[in-house]
Amino acid sequence: MVSIRKLHQQLIQKERSAVEIAQEALDTIQKLEPKLHSFITVTAERALEQAKQVDTRIAAGEEIGLLAGIPVGVKDNLCTQGIRTTCASHILENFIPPYESTVTQKLADAGAVIVGKTNLDEFAMGGSTETSAIQQTANPWNLKRVPGGSSGGSAAAVAGGECVVSLGSDTGGSIRQPASFCGIVGMKPTYGLVSRYGLVAFASSLDQIGPFARTVEDVAILLGEIAGHDPKDSTSLNVEIPDYTRYLVPDLKGKKVGVIQETFGEGLDPEVEKAVRVAIAQLKDLGAEIQEISCPRFRYGIAAYYIIAPSEASANLARYDGVKYGMRIEDADNLIDMYTRTRAQGFGPEVKRRIMIGTYALSAGYYDAYYLKAQKVRTLIKQDFEKAFEKVDVLVCPTAPTTAFKAGDKSADPLSMYLVDLMTIPVNLAGLPGMSLPCGFDSSGMPVGLQIIGNVLREDQVFQVGYAYEQATDWHRRSPKLK
Amino acid sequence: MLDRDQVRKVAYLARLELTPEEEETFTTQLSNILDYFQQLSELDTSTVQPTTRAIDVSNVTRADTLQPYPNRDAILECAPDREGDFFKVPKIINPE
Repeated sequence: MVSIRKLHQQLIQKERSAVEIAQEALDTIQKLEPKLHSFITVTAERALEQAKQVDTRIAAGEEIGLLAGIPVGVKDNLCTQGIRTTCASHILENFIPPYESTVTQKLADAGAVIVGKTNLDEFAMGGSTETSAIQQTANPWNLKRVPGGSSGGSAAAVAGGECVVSLGSDTGGSIRQPASFCGIVGMKPTYGLVSRYGLVAFASSLDQIGPFARTVEDVAILLGEIAGHDPKDSTSLNVEIPDYTRYLVPDLKGKKVGVIQETFGEGLDPEVEKAVRVAIAQLKDLGAEIQEISCPRFRYGIAAYYIIAPSEASANLARYDGVKYGMRIEDADNLIDMYTRTRAQGFGPEVKRRIMIGTYALSAGYYDAYYLKAQKVRTLIKQDFEKAFEKVDVLVCPTAPTTAFKAGDKSADPLSMYLVDLMTIPVNLAGLPGMSLPCGFDSSGMPVGLQIIGNVLREDQVFQVGYAYEQATDWHRRSPKLK
Repeated sequence: MLDRDQVRKVAYLARLELTPEEEETFTTQLSNILDYFQQLSELDTSTVQPTTRAIDVSNVTRADTLQPYPNRDAILECAPDREGDFFKVPKIINPE
């Protein structure tokens, strides 16, 4: 299986050039895109140019970093200077950012080769990538099923082998849930660990950028590269970034693992439950001490989230007014007419719905009942986690209540789509790191994900438990059969 | 819970023009979603402080010094309509 380290070895031993590796990724993209539709924009020319620069450095005897020459996919809500950044929305369909996001700048500085911009739910609002106004992404394990969302393009691209690693963003589960649906590893780091500068804002108090890869090690390498303080993001944490690969030791002796009881209730697919229970038993066999943990307010997360996130979104998306960038309708009569009709044409139904919820929740007379109440419930959920982490090192639960569903299954009922984020949302509300990794398959061959949640800035613990589990299993070695 | 007039009012606040069909759909859907939110009233939060951000960072400040932006024209270039160094918009007030 392809991994960052393996490709790095091939590069420094001159078995393959970065251009050959980039060309192979681009060929795979060309072959699979008619089926997967993971990418909104493929940046072939730029990728080969970046790869050539890496080859020049190798030829000159320069030392290269682990990410140099590695093909990377980037979610299309991360601004890339000179490359169209659409957020899968008509309103930004032709937007070419005049500046670069901090994370993509860090990738470029590390010599990574960006092969393209990946599909997402419009403005990252959704759990299936079906709200994209550009195209529908398929799940590489079964083309009739959704890849999850909102970072569905980034997850499908890695699972399908179109790139080695990718970046997504996670506001309520948008990295972990598609990672689970596509059978790969995805991590949402602690809020503030990775700079959000240049990430198109959805819900600013929850949004966080993170990596997708086939293995825990590749996720650890990529996170180490993109994490770190950034003066351009005032919520960015000024902390030392450790070498996360140091924690990749397959030993769980004495590690305390809590199982969140409330995630095993109604609505959980029995096949998902079985796979996750078996995974927990394996953690025990590996030396972990398993404890049942109760987070009684966990289940209120969805209601709190669907007040807080749309409220913040309604404010953040006010900037799309047809004045400074993005689309504008023709023949407007006056300014208000231009605003209302531009936004009516530019936004899709899910984005409009969330703007409406948020505007309502923040409007005069309702603020205390909705927004303030939700923020107080957020405190209670955070307290549940704080109490749990007094007893255990990490928490585990299913990443999603089901495996990937069929395209179209939930698009008619918005509320049923919101419920797919049940297991992931509380982690965003508390700002904690969470990772999903493959832990089995259901009887129809769709991957199941195990979520590992760590305390604030304890990505090290999440990596250690995840790595130990991965090394003891072979789920990550399986690939979808795509011809 | 939510009637059509309220939906219209919220849409105006959000600067969104809705079709009659959208008004109807949103009236039903938003009512269902607001109903779902009612479960939060099961929790007593009378003595709970709100959380505005998950991880606290103390106020971040910097010196208030002007820094010329090097790529000014690239920003103006993104505008759907401009005139010289200005963003151009349709007229703000109608004569009638």
